[in-house]
Amino acid sequence: MQQTRSVELGAGLFALLGIGALFFLTTQTTGRDDFDEDRAYSVEARFENIGSLKKRAPVAMSGVTIGRVVDIEFDARALEAVVTIVIDSKFDQIPDDSDASILTAGLLGSQYIGLQAGGSDIYLEDGSEILFTQSAVVLENLIGKFLVNMGSGDDE
Amino acid sequence: MLRDIYTAFVEFARTFGAFQLFFLRLLRHTPAVLFTRFPLVIKQVYNAGALSLVIIMVSGTFVGGVLGLQGMDILGLFAAEDAVGIFAAFALIKELSPVVTALLFAGRAGTALASEIGLMKATDQLAAMEMMAVNPVKRVVVPRFLGGVIAMPFLVAIFSAVGLLGAHLVAVSLFGVDVGAFWQQMQQTLEMDDVMEGVYKSIVFGIVASSLAVFEGYNAIPTAEGVGRATTRTVVLTAIAVLILDFMITAALI
Repeated sequence: MQQTRSVELGAGLFALLGIGALFFLTTQTTGRDDFDEDRAYSVEARFENIGSLKKRAPVAMSGVTIGRVVDIEFDARALEAVVTIVIDSKFDQIPDDSDASILTAGLLGSQYIGLQAGGSDIYLEDGSEILFTQSAVVLENLIGKFLVNMGSGDDE
Repeated sequence: MLRDIYTAFVEFARTFGAFQLFFLRLLRHTPAVLFTRFPLVIKQVYNAGALSLVIIMVSGTFVGGVLGLQGMDILGLFAAEDAVGIFAAFALIKELSPVVTALLFAGRAGTALASEIGLMKATDQLAAMEMMAVNPVKRVVVPRFLGGVIAMPFLVAIFSAVGLLGAHLVAVSLFGVDVGAFWQQMQQTLEMDDVMEGVYKSIVFGIVASSLAVFEGYNAIPTAEGVGRATTRTVVLTAIAVLILDFMITAALI
């Protein structure tokens, strides 16, 4: 009887350890806490060029992550990219004339959307659209412009 | 020559078919064993899981440590030592933990299962049970199978967790990578799907490794040599099956 008890105890401790390890893996190694869809509102933004922006990319204001990209689609009529983002409803006082730009974290890092506050008294709400947007900077275009400038500089 | 190949192929196909029938038999008895003989399963979780903890934890620490060393070396080329956490976490959680744990499990618990059941058969214990109207598959085989199936995901999770601590030990304590950078970059890059990929793999590998071990034991030739051969085949077959399945699951999930 004593032996059965210790075996059961061993099996129980083992399972607890395993569950603890699973808990550790799911909470400590993955950081992006999913927003509660109930406590977030979604906003659209249209960009001419989104570069390499991906779903789940962060949306940051003043460098603080306040939301996430949930959907990227292409509007075939307007020939624009339509990016749907959700913003935590804690942050419900973002002026509706704020502008969104696609920025790059670090020199070669992943891209994210940066919001710059506007001055309007009307706030963004579920379903509204960010009107002022700035496309991603495409490195090739930048280099192209730079080379053209170099060329014209030589003529003078 | 051709004839040998032909015989080998037929023999392989026959064993494969026998394994499938045996597997169905295991599944058929699983619910009954889970509900009526759960103490037997607990004992086997202890045997397959708790007793494998030492080898899993020691291996995990060193595998994680090696990933830390190699990561420092190779990421140092790009001055990206901070990313060693991402490197170790991806390698461990998605690939190394499930595969290495399954191989260690085959060596530690699979061989024990195969030889135990094989020896029971060789010493006519299984036949004696049948004489007493006790179904040996239900009494002996299924609890061992379920014990392994339950233990494996836990073992894999423990391997990953301990491995990450090993990588932390090497990268942060030994090489002075910033502790915040190590964990934060990992957290920013890893997603729940990546962790789940490891969990799915561990479940599949648990089923494969345990069922192969009990199958080999149950179908061992009841002699000393036969039991030895069954033990060897358990390790070989599990290793091959796990590595092939790993490729297939990864291809399907990516």
